[in-house]
Amino acid sequence: MAKIMLDVKDLSTKYITRFREDVYAVDRVSFQVEEGKSLGIAGESGCGKSTLALSLMGYYFAPLHYMSGSIKIEDREITSMTPDDVRKNILGTEIAYIPQAAMNALNPTQKIIRFIEDVIQAHDPSKTRKDIRDMARQRFEVLNLPADVLDKHAVELSGGMKQRTVIAISTILSPKVLIADEPSSALDVTSQKMVIKMIFDLMHDGFIRSMIFITHELPLLYNVTDDIAVMYAGQFVETGSAEQTVFDPIHPYSRGLMHSIIVPEAGTRDQKLEAIPGTPPNLKNPPDGCRFAERCKFASPQCCASDIAFSTIGGGRGYRCIYSEDRLKEVYAHA
Amino acid sequence: MLEQVLTNSIAQGGLCLSGKGVTKIFGMGARRTVAVDHVDFEFRKSEVISIVGESGSGKTTLVKMLLGLTSVTEGDIYFMGQKRDISSRKKKHDYWRGIQAIFQDPFSSYNIFHKIDAVLLDCINMRGGKGLPKKKKVEMMAEACSFVNLKYEELTNKYPFELSGGQMQRLMIARIFLLQPSILLADEPTSMIDACSRATILDMLLNLRKDIGMTIIFVTHDIGLAYYVSDTVYIMERGKIVEFGGADDVILRPKADYTQRLIQDVPKIHEPWDFTNRKARTAVFV
Ligand SMILES: Nc1ncnc2c1ncn2[C@@H]1O[C@H](COP(=O)(O)OP(=O)(O)O)[C@@H](O)[C@H]1O
Ligand SMILES: Nc1ncnc2c1ncn2[C@@H]1O[C@H](COP(=O)(O)OP(=O)(O)O)[C@@H](O)[C@H]1O
Ligand SMILES: [Mg+2]
Ligand SMILES: [Mg+2]
Repeated sequence: MAKIMLDVKDLSTKYITRFREDVYAVDRVSFQVEEGKSLGIAGESGCGKSTLALSLMGYYFAPLHYMSGSIKIEDREITSMTPDDVRKNILGTEIAYIPQAAMNALNPTQKIIRFIEDVIQAHDPSKTRKDIRDMARQRFEVLNLPADVLDKHAVELSGGMKQRTVIAISTILSPKVLIADEPSSALDVTSQKMVIKMIFDLMHDGFIRSMIFITHELPLLYNVTDDIAVMYAGQFVETGSAEQTVFDPIHPYSRGLMHSIIVPEAGTRDQKLEAIPGTPPNLKNPPDGCRFAERCKFASPQCCASDIAFSTIGGGRGYRCIYSEDRLKEVYAHA
Repeated sequence: MLEQVLTNSIAQGGLCLSGKGVTKIFGMGARRTVAVDHVDFEFRKSEVISIVGESGSGKTTLVKMLLGLTSVTEGDIYFMGQKRDISSRKKKHDYWRGIQAIFQDPFSSYNIFHKIDAVLLDCINMRGGKGLPKKKKVEMMAEACSFVNLKYEELTNKYPFELSGGQMQRLMIARIFLLQPSILLADEPTSMIDACSRATILDMLLNLRKDIGMTIIFVTHDIGLAYYVSDTVYIMERGKIVEFGGADDVILRPKADYTQRLIQDVPKIHEPWDFTNRKARTAVFV
């Protein structure tokens, strides 16, 4: 049995806004990521992907609040740790988190090597500048990043190089889990591919041991991750292997997403794109029962009657819908 | 195939917009940038044409020249077979009756203090509908809204910032529906929009061509989108057109190295990137 690097059970978190309103952005999310594997998170904007990424660090600060559930990194529960403890013993070494647009947040007056010193010394103040430089040089070399980047400022780097550098800095302490939130969305395709290639190298060389990758671009997710979770209005509505989710989705929402895929491949021009009508519900006041029901072609009154459980169906697959898998398949066949 | 596409489009109509040696140079000396470098193009009536290239390749600069928002350093632009003349304010305004644009950020090209119905009303007035009875104007606005799947009654009295990006971009298309230009320039109209709502916007753009016969020039960095929407594709690399032709030819049988690279590097689902080893794992499904 492969080791479980990240084990999340029924995690719920919320924002409390300035106006004292609760926004239930992550609702009872459960999943596992094994060593050497990656999980992709798909879903339209506002569904809670970034909030989940933030919540997974076990490090909560206003307006984000922990509600319930557990997060274990290789058997170590982190939701009960103090923020100080998380900062010292989890961030960087256990989990590396690359927020959306991280590459544009680099302080422009600082050389790249200084960021690396910050990361390493926060964890181990005894390391000298020389140790750190050697370590950085070595890591950059393995990752095919030019060593002279270390003495440059962020503004001197191209977008793609900046993003690869950010990832190299964040993972310098070889964390068990890398969480990357839309790391390549702002880049041209060639730079994007290089970023992804570097992430594969990190995994292959054991510098990261598992990954959560977030994007609303399904073809990208399909290329990058082993498994895919489809998120809708704060909940996981389907999980499975990348192949299953893309080519054989179960949940009506996942199926809708897969119908929006546009790639430069034969067949694209003949496909009928099917947009999902309507907009997601407001997370301040999520509807009872299925959150997708009001946009679902196949919904019936029961869908809104009571909470819908997440059913697991073996082979790592699961979905959140009152209909059985067979029933859905049948409905799709006639759709 | 290319011949066939071209023959078909000629059958549909003649040239509506073309250019010879069109060039734009910014700055001088060390700061000199050739943003658009001697490009030739021929866009035909009722065609959907894509201009594809990475960021910085000169797409927006070309769009601005075509719209007359920035000067042309060298070369000529022809509109409806005639050399374009926008030398006076009046001529420019006449030109804009025939050619309009929507941009990446729908909120940017927009007066945020203007209520939504005022925006649509302006379009009717611009088309010479000023004297129409109020009832007729409301009818026209409602029709435009329904064309893009928005409800007019829900929009009246709202401000643009009360809409989502997708709704706002649809409103911009409703505007175009009312203005009825013969050519629409769409510069990255879906790149700030979620992959999930993208299909809706694309379909609405395509309906402008289908229902009104509008020529659509679709500018994008996404070669997959270009393939999905267009009859003809122009590939732009560092200010130059490196390849053009029918969509199937350019995308499925690319000739230029640059086009080949773009297609290789874009994530696909039937031919995943080689280094991901995904091919081996997908055998069951493909
Ligand atoms: N700082 C915040 N305060 C209150 N609500 C927030 C905050 N950040 C995000 N939200 C809300 O939480 C929900 C999930 O947002 P987010 O996690 O950013 O989604 P995604 O990354 O999938 O686009 C949205 O409804 C969003 O409006
Ligand atoms: N107003 C300007 N002044 C100077 N250089 C500009 C200006 N606008 C664009 N450029 C330069 O022209 C080139 C093409 O830019 P642009 O047309 O915006 O490309 P794209 O739309 O394909 O991303 C870039 O190198 C850009 O820096
Ligand atoms: Mg996000
Ligand atoms: Mg541009």
